[in-house]
Order: sequence, then structure tokens, then C-alpha cells
Amino acid sequence: MGSLSKAFSSTLGRKLIMGLTGLFLSLFLVIHLVGNLQLFKDDGGKAFNEYSYFMTHFLPIKIVSYVLYISIILHAVYALIITARNKKARTVQYAQYNGAANSSWNSRNMGILGTIILLFLVIHMKSFWAEYHWGGLPYVQYEMKLDNPNVVKITQLPFNGKELVHAEYVDVQNQTEVVVAKDLYLIVKDSFSEAWYVILYVLSMIALGFHLYHGFQSGFQTLGFDHVKYKPIIDFVGLWVFSIIIPAVFAAMPIYMYFAQ
Amino acid sequence: MSGNMNLTLKVWRQKNAADKGQFVTYKAADISPEMSFLEMLDVVNERLVKGTQDPIHFDHDCREGICGACSLYINGRPHGPKQAITTCQLHMRSFHDGEIITIEPWRATAFPVIKDLAVDRSAFERIQQAGGFISVNTGGVPDANEIPISKVISDEAFNSATCISCGACVAACKNASASLFVSAKISQLALLPQGQPERYRRAQAMVAQMDKEGFGNCTNTGACEIECPKEISLTNINRMRRDFYNAKFFKEEEIN
Repeated sequence: MGSLSKAFSSTLGRKLIMGLTGLFLSLFLVIHLVGNLQLFKDDGGKAFNEYSYFMTHFLPIKIVSYVLYISIILHAVYALIITARNKKARTVQYAQYNGAANSSWNSRNMGILGTIILLFLVIHMKSFWAEYHWGGLPYVQYEMKLDNPNVVKITQLPFNGKELVHAEYVDVQNQTEVVVAKDLYLIVKDSFSEAWYVILYVLSMIALGFHLYHGFQSGFQTLGFDHVKYKPIIDFVGLWVFSIIIPAVFAAMPIYMYFAQ
Repeated sequence: MSGNMNLTLKVWRQKNAADKGQFVTYKAADISPEMSFLEMLDVVNERLVKGTQDPIHFDHDCREGICGACSLYINGRPHGPKQAITTCQLHMRSFHDGEIITIEPWRATAFPVIKDLAVDRSAFERIQQAGGFISVNTGGVPDANEIPISKVISDEAFNSATCISCGACVAACKNASASLFVSAKISQLALLPQGQPERYRRAQAMVAQMDKEGFGNCTNTGACEIECPKEISLTNINRMRRDFYNAKFFKEEEIN
């Protein structure tokens, strides 16, 4: 075995992969959240649909997205490998175990929380990511007068995979700017009109919050970053940004979409 | 005597490593609250021996909290309900009259049960032998304060060196990870000038032996730090990681 693969197959090396992928996924959440704020815009989904097109067609982002998919898979696979070893390290369980006396519930149940998040991701990517790429999505046309871009005329276009493509152009004759885009916004709106779907999202975001409450600071520790100078900052950001604000704003999206219609 | 307690003990009995083992319930009557936990077990054992029964086997030695021999997983926690003490420093006043006390051995594949509550912790010794030392040439005696070391560093190294290798960290960890022990043993030398020549060799060798012994992964739950009788801090584990990554990714010396 090569020396690098040996390093990465040690207990410390495997956790290093968990830490690196976990922190990268945390960083992605920030980008994803900022982008999805377009959902709160009251513009018939124009900004959101334009953003969806940009995210799926801008090359650097496409490359990063593949790193992202690999990270999700590595994070889950290594979690399984690590857990299997941990189970083997203690085959006879304690009859009485008082874990609450020395550690937090979420730190001891990262696997359960992670499984919830993974199941959520499967549903989430099936609903939107797979639909956007391969589902027969309807198109929508936005027309804005050049002298008054705040007035938007929205036309739903029926699905026609052969003739419709994404387009942005200026119609000089009618003095309008026209955007034709895949209407992912409609799919999002439809999905979040179902109460059970909204509840599923909110519960998953709670699981995400608890997962990151331990995971964010644990990731830094796994990388070896631990100093009195910045440990409090990592803990603060982990708690407030990653386990409270980010999951809360994500959860607010389906709730907002549900009550807005 | 008045004020004495009557307790019920649920004790793990196991003839040898191959035996399946089971809990056996014993009455511990008339126990003084001033007794240590081990003295209480001594009393129970005396009565068992008088009744020609096999006494409960458990590890103990100095009985003053410095040797690390006593173990015992009491009511779901290593060394019982108190913090920063070993089982020999635990007194029966920490329990109440009529309480049912569950006593189990350390549970880890790397710590096989020898008999009853005594486990084989020689895995720790093999980790130490893999690199937990410094090599010193014989010759003239060096001056005592020849090499200057800052107070902060010497204190930190000394804190790491207080580890008594009791194994409570492994017992407490949900993954049966030995990271706190190994990292304390790495830190106590890595922090000091004398530990530098073998620093990166040591980190690799000790981690490799830890993995070989079958201990689990550290997931930073922090349980070890809370249960450590010597209050060894989690920082040691992060220091071990830095030394290990440094050795693997940035240094020339490579072992294994």
C-alpha cells in the first residue's frame, strides 16, 4: 500500500476525510442558502429561475458541484467505515450506560442525524435537482418593458422539450427584455403547497442543526485546529451560524412558500 | 452501626476470557458511608470467602488515586458518579441507602476480560513500547537546568504526564477510542525539547499500534475528558492529530 493511502486508512486519516468533507459541505450550505434567498423575492420566480440556470451552466460552479457530490458520498461512506470499526471496538455493550453524564446527545448520535440528512438529501435532490436536469419541466417567459423593468408579464409555456431553450434577449420592436427559463420555481411552489412536505423539510433542518452543532467544531478539531485564541470563535460560529441561523432560514423557505399561496 | 447502608450490587461475573459472563446480584449489608468503594467490595468479598464462594475479582493497587490500577464501570460511568477521581477515591457516601449499584468491567475489544471486573490493559503497554519513550545516551550526568523550558510548556507537558493509564477514557468513549491516552503519552514528550528527535516517528508508531490494538475512532464527544480521573484535556488529542498529520504529510521520517 502506498504511504498516502496508508495515512488515510489510519483512524486519524479516516477522520481527516470526514472533517474535510464535512467542513466543505458546511461551506456549501452558506452558498446554497444565499442563492435560495431568491425564493423570497416576489417576482414570479424570475430571479430564482435565472439563478438556477446560472448554477447549472456556469463551468466553475459545475466543477465545484462534482466535488460536492463526491464529498457527500465520501462523508457517508467514511461514516459507515468509521462506525463499523467503532462497533467492533466494543462488541459487548454496557448494561447500564450514562452517556448524558459526559457528552451531548447529538455528539453521540451523529450517525442517526446524518442518516436523516442523507435521506432528506435523496428526496430533496429527486424533487428538484433530478427534475431540473432530466424532468420534463415547463418553461416560463418573463417580459419586462425596457423603460419600466418593474412591470413583469409572466407567460407559462407548456412543456415542449424540442422547441424551448433557455433564452435572454431584448426585443427591440416591442421595447421589452425577454427571459425564457425552465420554471423550477413552479416545481418548488407546487412541492411546498403540501403540508407534509413542509413538515419533512422543517424536521430535516432541525436534524441538520443538531448535526452541525457538533459537526462544525468537531471538524475543526479533527483537522487539528484547537487553540484558546480561536476555539471560542469556532464554537460561536458553529452554534449561531451553522446550527441555528442557516437551518432556520432554510426551514423558513418551505414555510414561507406554503403560506404565500 | 447507625447510619450504615444496605446496598444491592449487580456485579458482572465472568470466569475467564472465553466465558460468556453474567450479572450476579449481591446484598452488601451494613456498609459504612466512610468506606471507599474498594473497601466496600473487600467487605463483600470477605463474606463471600467465608461462605466459601469465589470472591469478586477486581484490579487495585495503591488505593490513593495515583497508580491507575482500579477500574470499574459503576452505574453507567467509569470510576462511578464523581469527577476527577479513581474508584479507590470514591466513597460510599456518594451512594444512598438501598441503592442498586451496577458494576461492570471496562468494555472494549482491546481490553479483554481476564476475570469478573479485571480486564487486560496490556494494549496500553504495547502502545507505549511502540514509541512512548525517548532515547538517551549514557555518559556524564547533564546539568539539571541546562535546557531552558518555558513555564507554560512545562506545565502543559506535566498535565499530559499525569495520565495514569487507567483506561477510563476508553471505557467512557462510545467508540472505545484510546485517543486521550495515546495523545497524552505523545504530548508529554512532544512538548519538551528532549522529545523532539523522535517526535514524528513517535506519533506515527503510537497511532499505528493504537489502530492495531483495535481501538475505535475519536469522534470528539468529549466523554473521555469528563471522565478522566486526572482531567487530561481534549487538547491533547488535537495535538496528537497535528503531530500525526505533520509526520505523514510534511516530514521525511516515515514508518510502517
